[in-house]
Formats: sequence, C-alpha cells, structure tokens
Amino acid sequence: MNQPIEGAPTPPQEAGTGSSRWRFVLPLGLFAALLIVLFVGLVHSPEKNIIPSPLVGKAAPQFSIPNLVSGGEPVSNAALRGHWSLVNVWGSWCATCRDEHQTLLMIKQQGAVPIIGIDWNDTPANASNWLQQLGNPYQQVGEDPNGRVAIDWGVYAAPESFLINPQGVIVYKEVGEITPEIWREQFLSRIDAAGGASPPPATGG
Amino acid sequence: MVVELGHYALILAMLLAAAQAFFGLLGPALSRDRWMAAAPSAACGQFVFTALAVGVLIHAFIGNDFSVRYVADNSNSALPLFYRVTALWGAHEGSILLWIFVLSLWTMAVVARLRYLPTEFGARVLGVLGILSFGFLLFTLATSSPFSRLFPTPADGASLNPLLQDPAFAVHPPVLYTGYVGFSVSFAFACAAMIEGRRDQLWARWMRPWTVMAWAFLACGIALGSWWAYYELGWGGYWSWDPVENVSFMPWLVGTALLHSLIVTEKRGLFKSWTLLLALATFSLSLLGTFIVRAGLLISVHSFAADPTRGIFILAFLVIVVGGALTLYALRAPRMQSNAGFDLISRESFLLFNNILLVIAAAVVLAGTLAPDIAGALHLGTLSVGAPYFAPSFMVPVLPLLALLAVGIHARWKRGGLSHAKRVILTTLLCGLVIGLPLSLAVYGHPMPLAPVGAVLGIWIVLSSLVDPIDRIRRRLTLSASLVGMTVAHIGLGIFVLGITFVSSNSIERDVAMKPGQVAMVGDYAFRYEGVRDVSGPNFTAVRGTVTVTRHGQLITVLHPEKRRFYVQGTVQTTAAIAPGLHRDLLASLGDNVGAGAWSLRLQYRPLIRLVWIGGVIMALGGMLAVFGRRQRGPATVPDAIPIGAARRTPA
Repeated sequence: MNQPIEGAPTPPQEAGTGSSRWRFVLPLGLFAALLIVLFVGLVHSPEKNIIPSPLVGKAAPQFSIPNLVSGGEPVSNAALRGHWSLVNVWGSWCATCRDEHQTLLMIKQQGAVPIIGIDWNDTPANASNWLQQLGNPYQQVGEDPNGRVAIDWGVYAAPESFLINPQGVIVYKEVGEITPEIWREQFLSRIDAAGGASPPPATGG
Repeated sequence: MVVELGHYALILAMLLAAAQAFFGLLGPALSRDRWMAAAPSAACGQFVFTALAVGVLIHAFIGNDFSVRYVADNSNSALPLFYRVTALWGAHEGSILLWIFVLSLWTMAVVARLRYLPTEFGARVLGVLGILSFGFLLFTLATSSPFSRLFPTPADGASLNPLLQDPAFAVHPPVLYTGYVGFSVSFAFACAAMIEGRRDQLWARWMRPWTVMAWAFLACGIALGSWWAYYELGWGGYWSWDPVENVSFMPWLVGTALLHSLIVTEKRGLFKSWTLLLALATFSLSLLGTFIVRAGLLISVHSFAADPTRGIFILAFLVIVVGGALTLYALRAPRMQSNAGFDLISRESFLLFNNILLVIAAAVVLAGTLAPDIAGALHLGTLSVGAPYFAPSFMVPVLPLLALLAVGIHARWKRGGLSHAKRVILTTLLCGLVIGLPLSLAVYGHPMPLAPVGAVLGIWIVLSSLVDPIDRIRRRLTLSASLVGMTVAHIGLGIFVLGITFVSSNSIERDVAMKPGQVAMVGDYAFRYEGVRDVSGPNFTAVRGTVTVTRHGQLITVLHPEKRRFYVQGTVQTTAAIAPGLHRDLLASLGDNVGAGAWSLRLQYRPLIRLVWIGGVIMALGGMLAVFGRRQRGPATVPDAIPIGAARRTPA
C-alpha cells in the first residue's frame, strides 16, 4: 500500500475542526437507520398490493338514499338485514361496469343473493336507460349523485362490490369487475363456508 | 440448448467477476504485479460472457421461444420484431440483466482508459467494480434468472405490457441505467482512493469525467422517461413524484452536488472527505433506486413484483456494498482532510452552498418517498405523499439554489468579495426582470404567485452563464471545454426552469362530456368534438375520436385521441392526441362513452412544456461537451508526487 505523503505545511484555517471523528461515522448510522426502515417495509410488503379496506369485518356504513324508481322507498341498510346480499357500486359512465353487467344478470338468475345497486355520480335518466337496454339485475338501486355514500363505503372507482352477511357485516370487498370465476371463488365460497344463503325475500322495495 | 448456453455464460461471468475482484483488490495489497495485471483480463472475460448471455436472451425473444418463462411472460408472436427485442427489459429479470451488461460496459470503458491511471489504483478500481458485478450476477442466478424454462411450453406468450410498446420505452431504460450504473465508476474511484488513503487530490481529477458522463446519461434518461409518461400515459402529466421517478431523481441531485464538489477538490484540494461521501451516496442512491423499484419495497404504480427472497438478498447486498464503503469512509476519510482556507464570499463557498442545498433537495425527495413506508411500518395507517407535499417543499432549497447560481458564477476562487462583478450581476438581474416579469404577467397572464420569480430566475441564469464566455471571446482568449460545457449546462438549466415555471402555472385543463358538434373553450382555443369511429391497429382495436381545434376562427390542428384495446392482454389504453409546438402543446384524450352519443374528454393547453425536456437534454449535452472536449493528459506515472500546496497554482 502506498504510504501517504505528508502534505505541504498547512495554514491554520481548516474547513472542519479535524479530529471530531463522529461526523465520519454519522453516514454509517444514517444508513443503518435507512436499512431498518427498508427491512420493516420489506417484511410488510405483501399486504401492500391490496388496497386495504378497513371496512371488511365491520358493519356496513349507515345509508339512506333516494330510489332510482321515482316514488319508490329510499334504499337503506334495511335492505341488507336478515339475508346475504351483494352491494354493487356502478355508474352508466363506467365501461367496466358494462362488462360486469352480464355476470350480475347471471347472479340474479341463480338467485343466490339479492343485488343492491348504488348508482354513483350518475343521473337517474342515464341509469334508467342503461337498465332498460341491458336488463336489470338489481333488486333495488339507490341514487348517489354526489358520491356521499361512496365516500362512506371507501369506494375509489367503479365497479366495486361488497358481500354482506345476514347480520349486516361486510364480509368481502371486490375492487374491479366481478367475473363468473371471481363470483364462484370469492363470493359463493364465502357464503357456502358460512352455511349457505338464506332464501332472499320475495319482493323488492 | 442455446438458452442453457446463456445460463452457463452468466455463471462463467460471475466466476470471472469474482476473479476480477480478487486480483484487483489483493494484487495491490500484496504488491503482486501479475495479480494486478490479471484484473483487466478477468474484466474483459466477464464482459464477453455477459454480452453472450444478453445475446442468447435476445435470440430467444426474436425466435419466439416460449419455453423460456421470461419470453412467454413478456413477448408474443404478434408483437413487432422491434418490441420483441426491447421486451428484454420489460420486466424484472431482463432489467437486472441489462444492469449487469451496462456495468460490464462501463468496466470495459475503465479498462480502455487504464493507462491514464497508476497501475495499483486502476487495479483497485476494477476490484471494486468486480465486487459489484459479482453481487449482481449472483443475485440474478440465485433469485431471478431470465433463462428459467416453462413446461409445458405455451403456444404463445402473454405479450409485453402495451404501455411499454413504444419507441421511447425502447431507449429510456438503457439510457437511464447507463446513468445509474455509471456512478458505480465514481463509487469505485472513491473506494480505491480511500483504500490507498491518498492525501493528494488527483483522484478527483480522474473521477470527474466519469461522474459527468454518468450524470449526463441520467439527465437524458430522466428526460426521456418524463416525455414517455407525458404522451403514453394519456393524461398529459410529465412528472408525478411517483417513487420510481423519485429514485432516479435523487441520484441525479446528489450527482449534481458531486460534480460541483469535485471541481473544488480537483482545483483547490478542498472538501475531500465531503466529495468522497457524495460519491458513495450517489451510487448508493442509484443502487437503492434500482432495488427499491424492483423488489417492491415501495408502493408504486410501476412496481412489478413483491418477492421477499429477492428483498432479503438485496438488503444483504446493500449492507455489504454500502455499509462496507461507509465503514471504509469512517476509517479513512478523517486522514484525507484538506488544509486550505477560503473567504466567505468566494467560488468555494458558493459551491459549498450549492452542495448543501442540493443535498437538502435530495433529502426532501427521500423523506417524501420513504414516508409512506415508515408510516406503514409503524402502523400509522396508509399515507400517500404526492405533489402537494413535494412541489412546495422542493421549492424551499431550489429557489435559493438558482439565485445563488446566478450570483456565484461570477465569484472567484479563494479571493473574497463580489465587488468586481457587482455591475454584471445587477445588469443581468435587471435584464431578467425586464424580460421575465412582462412575459409572466402579461403574455401568459393569471400566474400563480411563484411564476414571476421562476421566469426571472430562468432568464437571469441564462444571461449570467453567458457573461464569462462572451467576455473571454471579446478578449480573444481561448474557451476551455469545461467552460463551454458548464455554460451550455447552465443555459439548459435556465431553459428548464422557464419550462417548468410556465407549464406548471399557466396550463389549462378541462374535463368535459361532449356530443358531436359541441365546442369547448380551453383558453383561446376552441375544441370541437366531431365524433368517434372504430379503427384497428396491428395488435389492437381502437375507438378513435376526432377533435378540431381552432383559434380566433382559424384552424390550428385536428386531433385524434384513441382508446385502444389490445388483443392479447385485453387491456385498454388511452392514447392522448398531442399537437406539439415550441410555445404550447394542445392535448385531447378520450375518456368513456357516457351514453347518448356523448364521450368524456380531457382537453389541455400546456405552454412551453417542450422547454422542460429541451432544457434537460441541453444540460446533458453540456456535460458531454465538457468530457469529450477535455484535453488529453499524459499517462499518470507519478501518482503521489504533487503535494497539496502545489495545486493552488491553478485558479481556474
């Protein structure tokens, strides 16, 4: 190794005060702190790709909104009591909802659970048009033109759907389109595991 | 069998990298000349086998060999040939392979310049680079080999993410990585200098061109990425403070500090330990950036996969490389301090402020990038940090930085005072005010509070940068390459500041639902929606809208925004239509069919946005000019002969 060569005699003024060694160790300390943060972040990372929903396992938020059918009763938590139900947030402006609609119609035909629609950021005219053209899978549709209810339910984008048990507790939340596979694997399996669906009430609101 | 050849090539490359590290570091330590001579040969071998592995993977992509999992995941027989090649860096495994390949290219560049370095120093540099290559090759082979087979072989591949099927994407990652990885050379020089405990500042002179090159490539890479996001993501955003953008920006900021501090160390022998620390920090941030993105350590729209084994490996690698270098720093840097003074108002002190402010700016970005992670780790809930935090906090160090540049560029080495430059500073500031204020207040109008400040600063910087070169030309003095490079880079910065200022304070954005024949006004521009029709492309079908733009009754342009649905992946992608112009861009992008013949549209007017990228590219060009215009110095034969006092003979 090269022996360091002594420099020329030095003027007294120095940028740093020399022997204070700690400041040369400081970067190492900062790096160690950063590593701890990264390590903890890494251990927790698998949860990160899922948008956390604090609502799962809790009672569905209280709501009461106008029925899409003018003159109909307001749509509220009353519609969710005593049986399994599916709450689907949609809008006529949402392209994916159009794809999902076929699955919803299939679910209605199977008759396992009633579907409660929340028509989000939409006008009654557009929503009614949509249901007339594509068929109506919903037992009831409530109007949420300003997104008030959607905020309470923690909705980021349409479509989002919530599976609610007879006690009115949210069991599962699906972000994005429900496909027949997702319906089978995520929804029906949960209903079956809990002892199957009680027959839905005969009439809508 | 060709694919297995690629795998074996990587193993051989790894072994050669180990040899390169072993001979490069132990050769000088044990004073064995033949060991030192072996390091460059090992490096050449490592390059050859890495290149072979890359060639094999490209061959698999071109030949549609879907028995290779990585090819099946990222390519498709319907994909055009060009994108089948660039799909190489479409995901994690290939990106890391590209990283390794670029590192071996930089290593070869060092080998080619080895005769300008003392033998021992050069061997140590190659040794440190060998450790880095070895670590990355081991990482690839152990956790993410791109050559894994898939059985049964699928009939066709899953294709490349449509967002990445783009010419800009073809060049963005290689250029960005060339920048990132280039800082490994600065890192290796710093480590070699510390291992030797050098008291002189020659290492700064050797390190400087490499740093400037890497910095220029990184600037180009970031600009390309921003441009790609702007037109490809469909919504006209060019910078969103996304973690992936931030991790490329931090090494650039610290790298900028490094190349300024290197000047002080080279010319005056000052800031030595600080410069070393910056060199370590710059590459550590590049490393952190690569890994954070790839290991899914941070929440990001870009991240591909979260794989804990990879993450643990990465952390171990960081501990060895960065922890090792910082330990070396703690042991050796105290001995490498400099012994010279400077006045409070001198070029040295301005560059010191430059460094402090740039590091603060990088810290602001780092804090914002890691904050969601820390909050998550401490169970404080989900925290999202975006532009509302970054934009204002970033201004705090950057505005004084820009003002100090316009003043400090006139300061002299060592000697105090600015009285000699008072007239120049005031004249350029006055010109900045005279041009900038009317431009901001009258021409573009309705600015946000900081817009006039930005406009004045941008013009002030451009004018200040021109003072010295013009003065030298008038006095018929020669212009050195580094002066030309510096001037060009600073002009680029001024142009960049102007672009950012106007595009962020004078853009107009409207979200509208329109039926055919309806007109929406965006500033002076009338956007008339004509309707949509279905079209089909090579591997997608699309809805294409037509929007006619007029201004004061005159036709400006016809825009065709598209919404594409790709066959293979079924993904939908919004492609904005952009009418580019030096003074403004006009954009239209197609949202959703909202029924009754109406579509939702986003219409935008973005003034001077081109200056953002032009400024960035000019900065990079300045760096290149400084490096390639440099006068060639003879081979270094007497490395330690220049005592510290002697360096003072060169006051720029």
